Amino acid sequence: MATLRAILAHTSGRIGGAIVALYLLLAVLGMLGLTPDNPLTQHRVERLHAPDSTYWMGTDLFGRDVASRLMTGIGQSFLVAFFSVAFATLAGTVLGLAAAWFGRRWDGLVMRIMDVLLAFPAILLALLIVAVAGPGTWTSVVAIAIVYTPIFTRVVRGPALSLKAREFVDAARTFGSSSSYIVTRHLLLNLVAPLTVQVTLALAWALLTEAGLSFLGLGTQPPAASLGLMLSDSRNLMETAPWLMIFPGVAIMISILGFNLLGDALRDVLDPKTRRSIA
Amino acid sequence: MNYLMRRLATFPLVLLGVSIVVFLAIRMVPGDSITAMLGTEAGLLTPPQRDALAAYFGIDQPWFIQYWRWLLGLFQGNLGISSTYGRPVLGVILERFPLTLELALLSMIIALVVGMPAGIFAATHNEKLSDLGVRVVAMIGQSTPNFVLALLIIYTLSAGFGVLPAMGEFSPLWRDPLRNIGQLLLPAVTLGFAFAASVTRISRSAMLDVLSDDYVRTARSKGVSARGVIWRHALPNALIPVVTLSGIEFGYLLGGAVIVEQIYALPGLGRMVLDAILQRDYALVQGSVLFIAFNFMIVNLLVDLAYVALDPRIRLSEH
Repeated sequence: MATLRAILAHTSGRIGGAIVALYLLLAVLGMLGLTPDNPLTQHRVERLHAPDSTYWMGTDLFGRDVASRLMTGIGQSFLVAFFSVAFATLAGTVLGLAAAWFGRRWDGLVMRIMDVLLAFPAILLALLIVAVAGPGTWTSVVAIAIVYTPIFTRVVRGPALSLKAREFVDAARTFGSSSSYIVTRHLLLNLVAPLTVQVTLALAWALLTEAGLSFLGLGTQPPAASLGLMLSDSRNLMETAPWLMIFPGVAIMISILGFNLLGDALRDVLDPKTRRSIA
Repeated sequence: MNYLMRRLATFPLVLLGVSIVVFLAIRMVPGDSITAMLGTEAGLLTPPQRDALAAYFGIDQPWFIQYWRWLLGLFQGNLGISSTYGRPVLGVILERFPLTLELALLSMIIALVVGMPAGIFAATHNEKLSDLGVRVVAMIGQSTPNFVLALLIIYTLSAGFGVLPAMGEFSPLWRDPLRNIGQLLLPAVTLGFAFAASVTRISRSAMLDVLSDDYVRTARSKGVSARGVIWRHALPNALIPVVTLSGIEFGYLLGGAVIVEQIYALPGLGRMVLDAILQRDYALVQGSVLFIAFNFMIVNLLVDLAYVALDPRIRLSEH
């Protein structure tokens, strides 16, 4: 509750929080099908219709309502971003905690594997995974999750190692607490703050990567809507129907901005050391 | 063992790991490589012909023997033959690399020339309206995906000025420098925008940190001018995180800006990898991914070395 209050008192936090809340609402409405029109229905006589009171964001080449497609696209992009970041957080936390807790060989093994994964530029690793598994929504989820797992592993392992050496962990051991109790109760709970910041920033990257993969035709497949795919489709119609590019483009940008602002505010609030230096 | 030694010692190990991941990933692709190579004509092969081809390419062997042979080939500069180009993979990669390198350098120059002064300006005007303006622009810059920016630039140029970015056949720098810069300027601005935003943010925060340090306060109290404090005392120390960030971003850009190269129709490394994936040219995917990862690792290692050179405290630390 105190964190929430602090975020609401933070200008970036308020703006970022409002943007993320609005997108979440649009995403849920889009996924539930509560859109102004069916995103797949083709109104053939009204192809490339400019935005007006009937079609707020116009229609595309097939006469589909852009606003409805944008809402389902946001839903689709958020779905991929949330699942991929959830998997990456889970895998990274388990691996990071295991590396820190068991130490020695296990630590060396886990961290060298993570080093190998970090040796690939993110989009390249995602492309490689998509090349292996074939394009699609769930491949994007797996690819993005694998790309971001090493980052979470590092975020968890470092602080977990220093927590492990603290007196309260020794004390818990002396009192006979089990390893699993110490790891979940003393290590994990103290890692919630850095993890929360990382999750928020990772959601911004995941949205960006999903949009990028879909833009390249390797993410969400047509006729399903996705922001990257909509943007890619708009390329050849840019001059005749600029709304096809402007709405999804701005939608992607503002969603990433929202998570970045929220992430910055969280880092500011949860880590007082960085308060002064946050730009 | 200090940080740098450990970093150097793990480098070959990680590189070996990268080569294994690349090799195994390609072998996990559904379907066999003979079908991938010959396409529909593979259906005309009799089983003995197929076996003979498998033996010829060595793919009838267990994976670790195949890997060992591939590794030996790597040491001789042999990355295999691209099925799309019908030429050695290394040659195809090296043909595309100068463009990617030039684009990465140009983007970095734009980012540093714009981002550093903006960051220093914001830090020295901390909490003023001009600082807020720089921060807002930097935040928007960092949140704008390069493909959105690329499309917006193309749209603004074509709708507002009736011109299109110079596309068509690419001219290397040494053949026609003017045309070359004309072709690379907009892609470099596109890539440099978000990069500049990151540089602005990091130089602002590094500068703010340094400006509140004791030695800066001492210099000020000794009567050093504001300009002298910034240029002689604060800037060299504030440079450390800027160098790190720029190096890492440069490493990413060396991997090829897949989407931006695609939009501006530039024959760079990123677009080549994408095409190789779409055309199932496995030797080229394998070779180029390894090449890019190797470059990325080298750049990261150099960044670490620069970091150590700039900040002697790291040399002895155990992190």
